[in-house]
Amino acid sequence: MNRTIELASHVLDTVGDRAEAEIVVGGGVSALTRFANSFIHQNVAEEGYEVSLRVAVDGRVNAARTTSLDNLDGFVDDTIEIAALQRVDENWPGLTPPLDVTDPKHYDEATAEATPADRAGKVADFVAAGPEMRAAGFCETMGHNVAFVNTAGHRAFGRYTRATIDGIHQTGASAGSGHATSKHFGDLDGAAVGALAAGRAQQGLDAFDLKPGEYEVVLAPECVGTIGIFLSFYGFNGKQHAEGQSFVELGEKQFDASINFFDHANDPRALGVGFDAEGTPRQRLELVTNGVTKGVAHDRRTATKAGVHSTGHGDPGSEQWGPIPTHLFLAEGEKSVEEMIASVDRGLYVSTFNYCRVLDPKTLAVTGLTRNGTFMIENGKITGAVTNLRFTQSFVEALTQGRVHAIGNDSRFADSEFGPGFTHVPSLHLESWNFTGGAAG
Amino acid sequence: MFDLAQAAVEGALAAGAQYADARVVVGKNQSIAVLNAEPQSIDQAERAGIGVRALTGSGWGFYATSDMTTAAARKAGEQSAAISRASASVPGPDMPLADIPVVEDHYETPHDEDPFAIPVAEKVDLLIAVTKTMQEVDGIALASGNLSFWDTNKWFVSSQGHRIHQHLVESGGGYDATALGDGETQRRSYPQSFGQYETGGYETVRRWDYLGNAGRIAEEAAALLSAPELEEGEKSLILEGSQLALQIHESVGHAIELDRILGWEAAFAGTSHLELEKLHTHKYGSPLMNITADATLPGALGTFGYDDEGTAAQRVDIVKEGTWTGVLSGRDSASIAGLPPGGMVRADGYNRLPMVRMTNVGILPGDSSLDEIVADTKDGVYMATNRSWSIDDKRLNFQFGCEIGWEVKNGKLGRMVKNPTYTGITPQFWAQLDMLAGGDEWVHWGTPNCGKGQPMQVAHTGHSAAPGRFATVRVGVRA
Repeated sequence: MNRTIELASHVLDTVGDRAEAEIVVGGGVSALTRFANSFIHQNVAEEGYEVSLRVAVDGRVNAARTTSLDNLDGFVDDTIEIAALQRVDENWPGLTPPLDVTDPKHYDEATAEATPADRAGKVADFVAAGPEMRAAGFCETMGHNVAFVNTAGHRAFGRYTRATIDGIHQTGASAGSGHATSKHFGDLDGAAVGALAAGRAQQGLDAFDLKPGEYEVVLAPECVGTIGIFLSFYGFNGKQHAEGQSFVELGEKQFDASINFFDHANDPRALGVGFDAEGTPRQRLELVTNGVTKGVAHDRRTATKAGVHSTGHGDPGSEQWGPIPTHLFLAEGEKSVEEMIASVDRGLYVSTFNYCRVLDPKTLAVTGLTRNGTFMIENGKITGAVTNLRFTQSFVEALTQGRVHAIGNDSRFADSEFGPGFTHVPSLHLESWNFTGGAAG
Repeated sequence: MFDLAQAAVEGALAAGAQYADARVVVGKNQSIAVLNAEPQSIDQAERAGIGVRALTGSGWGFYATSDMTTAAARKAGEQSAAISRASASVPGPDMPLADIPVVEDHYETPHDEDPFAIPVAEKVDLLIAVTKTMQEVDGIALASGNLSFWDTNKWFVSSQGHRIHQHLVESGGGYDATALGDGETQRRSYPQSFGQYETGGYETVRRWDYLGNAGRIAEEAAALLSAPELEEGEKSLILEGSQLALQIHESVGHAIELDRILGWEAAFAGTSHLELEKLHTHKYGSPLMNITADATLPGALGTFGYDDEGTAAQRVDIVKEGTWTGVLSGRDSASIAGLPPGGMVRADGYNRLPMVRMTNVGILPGDSSLDEIVADTKDGVYMATNRSWSIDDKRLNFQFGCEIGWEVKNGKLGRMVKNPTYTGITPQFWAQLDMLAGGDEWVHWGTPNCGKGQPMQVAHTGHSAAPGRFATVRVGVRA
């Protein structure tokens, strides 16, 4: 029997009939090989399991987590004991009943078993792609098992893998980035990702300071990934929406008609397991269809308040931060990046955003910077590099009707401000982006 | 527990490592959140395990397990050595470790009230009372409060003979009120954005008079909705203490991390505008700027006995009278740079690799006061409490937003302004510091959410600061 199922079953038995309870056990092996100045300088791995238990005793709720597996009985007793001392939680949504859960089959044995030597090999390929440059980045592999049980009789088990190579090449005066994430370690091409990074770094030489202002932009998937995860966290979030802090107006045409966002953990391209931490099966959730905002994510608590069903986004932390679409897709278009650049008279191509922070969640006005490759486009061609720029821009406003000129045909997992693996998005060609500062301030 | 750590070290050495150290960490955390007078979440976490680090040639390896048995500890040591050998396949320069005294010692955070002994109900009741008070103010849609506590025991053993046990206690929290307007949100927080955290027990929470400030905070949040926007321009900027603390964290604390200066964080956190050749000559700011990294400050959040390499906590001068004089370092980075090790390497739990982190990076107090600074200002703006922060990968180009501001005209605080922002370039900005408060206004602000590293690690850092004035700054940047 899988260790996570064994542990979850043990905890369930220990709870017995003393409380309503849901148990999630997650764990496995994860490893990350990090490099800088073209050598591996940090190289880590960990194995272990974490048991999460949420109980309700006559409506009095308590939650606890532990990695200490040698005293699970005491852990259960303490969690129940503390619950009994709480106030009654009037909004306790109860447990998920037994439901069918689809296994999206996002697990690859070879990825889970990748060795330090395997990761070092990908790193070596990345580094070799930029001779005479300084490389920095990481290669990560993980294999994760998740078991869910509750006292309502619902059970689910899933497992998934994830592999990433991400890095930059640096000259003395420029840097370029590359990124790839997949459920299959074998899909990662360190040489190709390294070559993209080295090419951007080379192209970034002799960058000049551009006067800040509004510029037409072609945004690479890493920029779009950050836009997407900010829309998810601050907008398509059932808690933020209920609290009035989200920009979302359901049924309103808030985006350009070409924009289609959806969340879909069971998509063959996605990562993760087919259920959330409350045991709710994940399913495709339409967020924006042809520019019209259609939905927000819910866990059981926000769903109960809104009078709808959970969408399967009851992830760890959702009670505080709200349910967030983290298997986000932006439907791709038909244009290649080259075609998008060719249609720009004067604008910028941006490889990545950096250090983005929200000024107001309601408008989703965000300030951040460009990084690792910002290029001038003139008369349909990249004509040079510019130094990093600061922007202050509403992410929602940038995607409104008429401001999306084209959507790329290059969808892939993109890195983002929140990390890799959350967004699967293409490049975007937008009417304008508000750059408010340059290298000189 | 020392025996478990020793087994891990022996496993690494037996597998060929030339150096190894191990930490057994048993930590618990309690977080309580209340929204609009209703408990939102009560989360209790216990994390226990062993993390072992091995050096073979120029390659480091690290392995962690939550299996707290001798066999698992030894195996973790062996795994760390195997990983360190794989690191050597993409090799770099030698990683010498700077010498430090080998000690056997015990350290405990001074504290009066064990925060875990205070009933959960008492903590929840405090937050309910605070949020209820804020909700009574017209226009407040969301009133939330949080408390968090950490109790961490660490047993450190190195192959050089260190045996150090530490018991660290950290406590804190805060609250905020949010007013919703037509297409906007306005928020005020207390004691600062994300709360105030310190080393110590529950007495640190009691000191901040949560209830006594709740009404004022809510009224300010509601008033912001009808306040005018801060107009764009250049003027004198007065920063409240916690915002100056964040300014130090972002534009000084991260920039002086030696791993960033050496390029080890280039792909993620970034590098630094500082170059080692300019240590002791680079002008960081005005002569009023005196910054230290001091891990010995009683009560500050970045205070401990020893770092996670076994180096004793210490005070290092970072900027003296405006000149850059020091860095944050560990044993390997200091050795490479030819500097003494600073004892600033810490890990976020047993399962994370120790890395260079801020301790308490703060500005030494000035001889003025906020009242005196305002009285001396002809045309300026006073901004308080951080709302947004963004800075580039060299820690040069920043833009910060605060929750609230007030115009300052001819020595007096004027009307309230909303969405106040300011932007600048680090050395030029710090060169503008021309007045600095001290005395009771100098506070050890705590930052509980400093992210760095891959896999991500969250560190708790301290930043002593008082209100200060910057002569001419660009303010009022907006979308």
